[in-house]
Amino acid sequence: MLGLEHYLILSAILFSIGLYGVLSKRNAIIILMCIELMLNAVNITLVAFSRYVVPALLTGQVFAIFVIVVAATEAAVGLAIILAIYRGLEDIDVTKINLLKW
Amino acid sequence: MNLALFIPELALVATAVIVILLDLLTEQKRLLAQVSISGLVVAGGVTVAMWGHNFPTIFNNMLAVDNFALFFKMLFLGVAFLVILSSVDYVIKFARFQGEYYALVLLATLGMMLMAATTNLIAIYIAIELTSISLYALVGFLKDAKSTEASLKYLLLGAVASAVLLYGMALIFGFTGKTNLHDIAQSIQALSPPTLFASPALILGIVLLVAGFGFKIAAVPFQMWVPDVYEGAPTPITAYLSVASKAAGFAIILRVFFSAFGQPDWLSQNWGLIFAGLAVISMTLGNIMAIPQSNIKRLLGYSSIAQAGYLMVGLAALGVSPVGDILGQSGVLFFLASYVFTNMGAFIAVIAISGKLNSDLIDDYAGMGKRAPLLALALTLCLISLIGMPPAAGFMAKFYIFSAAVQHDLLWLVVIAVLNSVISAYYYLRVVKVMWLGQAASQEKVPSSAALRLALVLSCLGVLLLGIIPGYMMRLAELAARIFIP
Repeated sequence: MLGLEHYLILSAILFSIGLYGVLSKRNAIIILMCIELMLNAVNITLVAFSRYVVPALLTGQVFAIFVIVVAATEAAVGLAIILAIYRGLEDIDVTKINLLKW
Repeated sequence: MNLALFIPELALVATAVIVILLDLLTEQKRLLAQVSISGLVVAGGVTVAMWGHNFPTIFNNMLAVDNFALFFKMLFLGVAFLVILSSVDYVIKFARFQGEYYALVLLATLGMMLMAATTNLIAIYIAIELTSISLYALVGFLKDAKSTEASLKYLLLGAVASAVLLYGMALIFGFTGKTNLHDIAQSIQALSPPTLFASPALILGIVLLVAGFGFKIAAVPFQMWVPDVYEGAPTPITAYLSVASKAAGFAIILRVFFSAFGQPDWLSQNWGLIFAGLAVISMTLGNIMAIPQSNIKRLLGYSSIAQAGYLMVGLAALGVSPVGDILGQSGVLFFLASYVFTNMGAFIAVIAISGKLNSDLIDDYAGMGKRAPLLALALTLCLISLIGMPPAAGFMAKFYIFSAAVQHDLLWLVVIAVLNSVISAYYYLRVVKVMWLGQAASQEKVPSSAALRLALVLSCLGVLLLGIIPGYMMRLAELAARIFIP
């Protein structure tokens, strides 16, 4: 029988994988994808809590929908910025985006 | 529900749309700034008229229209006014999209106004993202290599911070089953165990919230984006980020931590200590890293990290004090108001000087005392205020915050803060020394436009007035902070 803790463990693992990817990957688009992974992990947490803690209400589901919408807008702006960088640098390797330091 | 209470926000949205459309129709780009400013004036007028009444919350308890929210709304509208005034000449650099620039500034202001007013976790998240996404685009507006790089760094780190913040919100929602801050407070007070480790989900949630908000207020260790973004962004946007975004972060911290986690005492003392720790490292690291900087925007970036540290001294004092400490709360609000005027003034002077020099290097500021005496005088006043010396506003602000901290047995924290102020005097005064005693590379005068001069005069007046007669602003701050007294 699946319980709340299974969903929470799943989402914690997904969140950690996403965070690890953000810290270790070099391609800006993959970093954006890892951020999406973190947000989706949060969505699982929200929906699971909503189902198990307040089953009569849809608070968590509504929250998750808002997160999905905002994540889409964030990805749109992010991709636009990455395009602008690619035009200048012909590369989206974040280790090469290093004009600004200390 | 009363839509009339939402007029300031609606006015900003309408102005933003009008400015974008007008940009397509007219060749007179100055008109865009005038329309944006008139929108801000309308919103500001309505906000001032709403002050002091006890309005109910609107949108199903999503938004509060209390004095606290109105205080910050006035602050943000004022900042947006100054930013748009100081952008009028700057935006000539952009061949296209001037309408979008003003519209994004207005929308970011709208997001901040909502941040100060929200009383619900979902609405808090939406407001933060509305602000952040507008700011990501604004930071990259110059479209050169530095600006896009700054914008990418801001976006990636900001997105991670908001994911962390969301995870914290999800845990708190799961722990209490509520998203409204007052309901959360009730669920927490109904808890029986008076110990820290009996409710790990709540503690983890609070820690994650601190991390997410810490990014917005640029507290160490969530400050890595600050110097890079400040250097790369268009200077008016740097000014906007350094004052409004930080003030909005503190507004939301105050609201969330007082409405939801203000009681019981064991909880508030623990988050007070978290802020005390962050204050120590923010002040120390910000000030020490500012010393070797050669670029004035980076210097002000590190200085803003240190200023966030002083503000967190105030938060720490509030956390450890019993409920209803009005002096401490209004001290934090007063510090924010004085910081807004001071840092805005400093950045407007930098916009004027660097716009002429095409350089942000401190060494190039040599001889500014002769080339542009009034600009140099204004910048000197603002830097003195940032150090915290009388007669400028910064002195009174630090006085209020530090005395609140001493009253609540945080003497050690105040000693560290005062030592840090001494360190900070070194690098602020270095700029002053270069300006007044350095040899000028050329004798050419540095001209500034009427709009910039007006913005600079307003900021400097604010700095002086708050420093010499602080009582009036203090009373406003006390009225605003009164909503947290149960």
